[in-house]
Amino acid sequence: MEKDVAVIGVGQTYFVRGYEGSIRELAFEAFREAVQDAGITSKDIDASVFCSAPEYDKQRSPAGVLAEYLGLIPQPTFYIETVCSSSSSGVKVAYSMIKAGLHDMVVVLGFQKMSEITSAESQERMGRGADIQWEAPFGTMMPAYYAMYAQAYMAKNGLTHDDMRDVRLKSASYGTVNERAVYRKGVKAEDFDPKNPDAKMAGAVAWPIRVGDACANADGASCIILANKEKAKAFSKKPIWIMGIGAASEAVNMAARPDFSKGLSVGYKAADQAYKMAGITAKDVKVAEVHDCFTIAELMAYEGLGFAPMGEGKQLIREKATYKEGRIPVNVDGGLLSKGHPIGATGGSQIRTIVLQLRGEAGPMQVPGDPDIGLVHNVGGVGLYGNVTIFGR
Amino acid sequence: MGFEKFGRKSFTGMTKTAKFVDLLQEGKVEGTVCKQCGAKYFPPRADCAACLSKEMDWFEVPKKGKVETFTTAYYAPFGFEKDCPYTMGVVDFGDGTKLFARIAAKPEEVQVGMDVTVRTITYEDGQVSFEMAKA
Ligand SMILES: [Zn+2]
Repeated sequence: MEKDVAVIGVGQTYFVRGYEGSIRELAFEAFREAVQDAGITSKDIDASVFCSAPEYDKQRSPAGVLAEYLGLIPQPTFYIETVCSSSSSGVKVAYSMIKAGLHDMVVVLGFQKMSEITSAESQERMGRGADIQWEAPFGTMMPAYYAMYAQAYMAKNGLTHDDMRDVRLKSASYGTVNERAVYRKGVKAEDFDPKNPDAKMAGAVAWPIRVGDACANADGASCIILANKEKAKAFSKKPIWIMGIGAASEAVNMAARPDFSKGLSVGYKAADQAYKMAGITAKDVKVAEVHDCFTIAELMAYEGLGFAPMGEGKQLIREKATYKEGRIPVNVDGGLLSKGHPIGATGGSQIRTIVLQLRGEAGPMQVPGDPDIGLVHNVGGVGLYGNVTIFGR
Repeated sequence: MGFEKFGRKSFTGMTKTAKFVDLLQEGKVEGTVCKQCGAKYFPPRADCAACLSKEMDWFEVPKKGKVETFTTAYYAPFGFEKDCPYTMGVVDFGDGTKLFARIAAKPEEVQVGMDVTVRTITYEDGQVSFEMAKA
């Protein structure tokens, strides 16, 4: 592994419903924590990349505004967007900027204040992250798209509603211990039981996806500071190196997608690239964060990342292999399902979790056995974009 | 012009493929095929991504296919609420063409692998679309 570019600082706000402040103040909270974590000052940073999904932002072209608020002018700044995977795309761009020798230290700040619009408006806008010309006229929305993947998995791969429920139960068990998660209540199997009149998770959203299969909207920001080898060694006692990066895109229209029962192509295509670049295989990964916007998405990711053979992702949750003590711990910070999914902040938040895990600083969420390699899988849209990033000590 | 008539509610006004709506009104569901390299597209495109030609012909999509996957929406975006619940899915014609549309059937009647036909539909407000129905 080449040790060229490292994460030297991470920060994240609490993920909340209805953040009481502006996007500048939200961004500042994550930035301040990352700068303090890195032991640097703002002057050490020589470029910034801001990431969000712009349909939620009232501020047009937020990068300049936020760079000023964070004290990062006159250094260059710009904006990167790939919907839900924006901030891992930002990290790929920042990695490239450093690797090219143009910059020594770059900050990637992902943010989203989703609460300024209603949940229905938010759903409609998320639907428009898919094909507005040919699909939105039928009344599509995010859960409906993922539901079609779930339906194919149930028909062809023997996936059950209980398997999807069990992903949520795992996630919720970690959400209760992650003080920065938006959903901290425990979830029980009976919450999904349609025969239980108080089953808050059982209601159909887009069948077969139920309320409990979907992640929570949230407001939040994340911040990742990347540095080249010299700066990383000068500033950081525990630099976490980027070992591999993969990224892929896929057709927006469902009519142009390959076999639905094989999951999201961006997941396995990005994973192949990242493993190759890192010179490792799935077996070497000790802890992972995957994009569980819906329970089915986590199960598809198990397969796309090679943690399970195609069609067999369900076995991992049945065997509890993705719990903290299992063979390959996944989303032990509660994932998007419990931690919340503030679109532009999500990838950075996943990276922060993996960095803390590899440093041994994840507190009650720490995976045992001193993990040395971690993976982040971050998907934008309905598998429209996908980034897989591998980290090592 | 004309594309605002497509679907339950259109989000696109102008496109060079607006003839699609005229064809729907004639009862035809058509994609485009590249005159230069023969690449076939559904949904239709005005331009060929394979060879960059702008010369396209129209072709009628197969009438019969199988449901590859589907979902039933019990919660809808703005403008679609009164249709709930409604079922949407992907039909695979088995010749490399697939199509995404609503499925005109009760949710409990729809299954993966089910044979369906594709047909045009005119809504009461004059909007035109296409849908799948049980074969
Ligand atoms: Zn062509």
